[in-house]
This record gives sequence, C-alpha cells and structure tokens, in this order.
Amino acid sequence: MNLKIDVAEGNGKSVVKLSGEIDAYTAPQLKEKLLPLTNREGHRTEVNLENVHYMDSTGLGIFISALKSTKENDSEMRLVDLQDRVLRLFRITGLDEIITIDTAIRGGNEQ
Amino acid sequence: MSNFDFVEMRVPAKAEYVGVVRLSISGIANRLGFSYEAIEDLKVAISEAVTNAVDHAYFEEDDGEVTVGFGVYGDRLEVMVADHGGSFDLNKIKGGIGPYEGSESVEELREGGFGLFLIEALMDKVEINNDYGVIVLMTKYLHEAEVGLDDDQISTPQ
Repeated sequence: MNLKIDVAEGNGKSVVKLSGEIDAYTAPQLKEKLLPLTNREGHRTEVNLENVHYMDSTGLGIFISALKSTKENDSEMRLVDLQDRVLRLFRITGLDEIITIDTAIRGGNEQ
Repeated sequence: MSNFDFVEMRVPAKAEYVGVVRLSISGIANRLGFSYEAIEDLKVAISEAVTNAVDHAYFEEDDGEVTVGFGVYGDRLEVMVADHGGSFDLNKIKGGIGPYEGSESVEELREGGFGLFLIEALMDKVEINNDYGVIVLMTKYLHEAEVGLDDDQISTPQ
C-alpha cells in the first residue's frame, strides 16, 4: 500500500514513473513531486502509470491540481500507460476529456 | 430478518488505514464470489467513503475512528461506513436513511468532490444518513454471472 515515485529529467521534459497505489495516504506524496514539475513554465511532464494498480478520487484530485498548474504555467502534462481499471475512473468522471491521456501505448494490463 | 453475516471493524481515522479497509473488503467480496472487476469497484467505493470519513474527522480535530460494517448476504454485500467510533445499531441506521441527493456544486467537484460521485457510479445502491455523524450505506449485488467464478461449482443451471 505504498507509492513509489521515480522522476527522470532531461531536455525540458520530466518522466514521472509511478508504481503502487494512489489513495488518501499516498496522494500527498504524489502532489509534492508532481506539482513542482507542472509549475515550471513551459515544462513537459509525462506521468507513467503502468504500474499503478489502484487509484481513487484522491488521485484524480492530484491530476486535476496538476492540470490547473499546467494552465497557469503554460506547461504540459500527459498521462501514459494507464491500466484499464485506472483509465476507467477518468472515463466515468469525464476527466479523460480534459486531461491528456495517451491510450495508444497501453501496457501492463495483463495479470 | 433475513439471514446474513455481519463483520464490523474500527480503524483510526487516518489515511494510512484506508488501504487496510480496502484489503478487508477485497477478502470479503472474494469470499462471496464477486468478480475481479466488481471487487475493484468495491475497493474504490469503500476507499472513497473511508477517505471522506477520515477527512471529516480531520476537520473535527479529534483523534476519531471510522467504523466499517459489512453485511454479507447470499446475493449482495452491504457496506456501511461511519465517521464515528460507535458501533452500529443496524435497525436505527436503516430506519433513518434516504436516497442521496446529488446536489454538489461544480466548484466542489473540481478537486475533491468525486468521491460520492464514484461511489454512486460503482455501487448498485447508495444511501447517506446524517443523523449521527455521517453514515454511508452502499450495496453491491452479486450478479448471477459472477457466481460461476467459484471454482467448485461447475455452471449448473439452477
């Protein structure tokens, strides 16, 4: 019931690789790592959720905060490699319409 | 009264226990024969309810507890989440409960308001009682297609 957050940076872009669960306990850690990236003007952030096997509305809340921050700072955020269960929450809430989600390169769904 | 098992647990109103409750419902739902998909729905729904209760306790600034009750029926799982530590009086709670009226403003939905929305989307029935703290009562039915997953019952039509 933990969340591992790895950030790799280069070329004005950061890749945030998450593994574990995003819930009320781990979401603050994610916010702490993610928001400083989206707050950088013009910065691009890619969040890889391939190894996130559980997420709830606390996670959605963090990504909404991050999205707001991209609008304020002219930066970009893209979510990639979502597992079906996690993607489903974005779809149910309609957030997939306003957050950039790359569904083309999905993986890690089998298990 | 119909025949059912009741499981109750009390956890500290702290975010680190949301995952513990999630594991518990996973075990109970698995025992009932819910599908993988349904168990994932239940995990999200109960986490949302417990998270709400934890947040509520936080604002109240007491070191509260969250009480979770599982009514295990043959055809459904009823889950109760209360943001106080007292044990449930089942009849009292069920007597005073009504349908949840979804009337949250768009503003609230922005960052933190998806909890109840998700609970409603993922469960078959949701009721909220505000008389003694906040109690969320939610039900998910075990649909027949899912019973077949229990591997010692070969799909004999009943």
